[in-house]
Amino acid sequence: MELFELTIHQLQDLLKNKKASSREITESVFKRIQSVENKVHAYVTLTEETALQQAKKADEKISKNGGAIHELPLLGIPIGIKDNFLTEGIKTTCASKILNNYIPPYNGTAVQKLIDAGMILVGKLNMDEFAMGSSNETSYFGVSRNPWDLERIPGGSSGGSAAAVAAGEGFASTGTDTGGSIRLPACLTNLVGIKPTYGRVSRYGVIAFASSLDQVGPLAKDVTDAALMLQTLAGYDPKDSTSLNLSVPDYKKVLGQSIKGWKIGIPKEYFIDGMDPEVAKSMQAAISVLKRLGAECRDVSLPHTNYGVPTYYILATAEASSNLARYDGIRFGYRNSETKNLVNLYKKSRSEGFGAEVKRRIMLGTYVLSAGYYDAYYLKAQKVRTLIRRDFEEIFKTCDVILTPVSPTPAWKMGEKMTDPLKMYLSDIFTININLAGLPAMSLPCGMTPSGLPIGIQLISKHFEEEKMLQAAYAYEQATEWHTRRAKL
Amino acid sequence: MKLTHEQVLKIADLARLELSKAEVEKYAEQLSAILDHVEALNELNVNDIEPTAHAVSVPTPLRADVARQDEMLEKSLGNAPDREGPFFKVPKVLG
Repeated sequence: MELFELTIHQLQDLLKNKKASSREITESVFKRIQSVENKVHAYVTLTEETALQQAKKADEKISKNGGAIHELPLLGIPIGIKDNFLTEGIKTTCASKILNNYIPPYNGTAVQKLIDAGMILVGKLNMDEFAMGSSNETSYFGVSRNPWDLERIPGGSSGGSAAAVAAGEGFASTGTDTGGSIRLPACLTNLVGIKPTYGRVSRYGVIAFASSLDQVGPLAKDVTDAALMLQTLAGYDPKDSTSLNLSVPDYKKVLGQSIKGWKIGIPKEYFIDGMDPEVAKSMQAAISVLKRLGAECRDVSLPHTNYGVPTYYILATAEASSNLARYDGIRFGYRNSETKNLVNLYKKSRSEGFGAEVKRRIMLGTYVLSAGYYDAYYLKAQKVRTLIRRDFEEIFKTCDVILTPVSPTPAWKMGEKMTDPLKMYLSDIFTININLAGLPAMSLPCGMTPSGLPIGIQLISKHFEEEKMLQAAYAYEQATEWHTRRAKL
Repeated sequence: MKLTHEQVLKIADLARLELSKAEVEKYAEQLSAILDHVEALNELNVNDIEPTAHAVSVPTPLRADVARQDEMLEKSLGNAPDREGPFFKVPKVLG
């Protein structure tokens, strides 16, 4: 096996036993990038020179003090960052023309924490423009490909984050998840993706899409690596007024503990007619595995499930229309300088700077917030949001975790849903309600179609109980072998 | 719910966007379809339901009102499309 194929915890063993250096690991990743990136197109910006310098420093640290690996959990490990995380001095585009030349003056908290933990930054990852999309096709820089089948999309919006790790162009990555943007791409590329509880990870220095829904989380090759990443990212940040001042448990402790006697809720609304038969089959197989591990799987109901997508597309677009008002061509970003009139400057800069999907969502959000429509749309959606949240609260009175599919279908072909926005929005049907309820959830590999496309399950926990879904996920993962499969490129 | 071209142009103006004729047509159709889908919420009676603004309620945090020196001025201005000294430069606002 080549170094780039390994997991973070495997690399840590090699580093500890001096069987590999961070320089060798980093070089292996960039060599891999050299050979596959023109097919995968996961990155917007690569930072090879600084990465190699960081690797050299990491090796020096390790040779001086062997214990450094325990103190710095990501020391010497190459990681990619989604391009909506601010990185000091490194271009951060949000995959939009309007931020094509934007150089942030500071690091966001999540990025700073990863740097402090010793990560080697590989580069900035492609995504749907402003994280608006489920396929990565709305990127100004062109689509990332799914390493499992280059004719297919990797999912979105954290598509580059998923494609890079699945292709061996980095060992883990950061993503953001507003309606499924970490879990869907993780599912479609055979990775583990975690969307933590709203408020668990700081959003300071992450470019906002829908502020009441956005959450930062990791994508990684297995549960152990994903838990390690979450451990580094999680925690209170006074710079994010929505982050919660709660202690973060040691997630590693729960990995390996039994789930015997656990009650796992299986919501009947998530097993819909239009579901791909291969997905349905894998779900049943996953349920059997969990039963074998001693869990009791019980049928439950989340009656307002079908109202999630319409609720989401009112709330998320309303918040986006407000958040994206800051892109006016004045303080940063793209400006059309031809006009001498201020309002026209705004209009031309925004119209030329934003892509079609972003404009569509700004328009929808502006409409639902406009005079006379607020009560009918926005307020109503906020009320339905309450019903959706209560559905979950009811189930968690009797269940430890909830199990659902992540996506009704495996990865689809490029272009398949691009002409019909509504069809695209419905790809998030199983992930969106978790954001509305603010709950933590994760995606993990649970099968393959006969043609070799990954399928995933989703585990959902109570607010701030990420350790529960991690415990169940690890138990499931250790009883299966899906997570060990790598895309052949 | 069918949006007219006039409504689409009004929304675009509020959102400070300029649309081509083709875009107006496309958005009128697509936004109408999305709004039709959203109509499903009218099946629910939510009169007595509290709205949720944030799924996890967080108390408003307060901090001491202490002045601090910000060293980001030059870096921040460096991203401006047009500037003069420590100012952002914009077209004339008042006639």
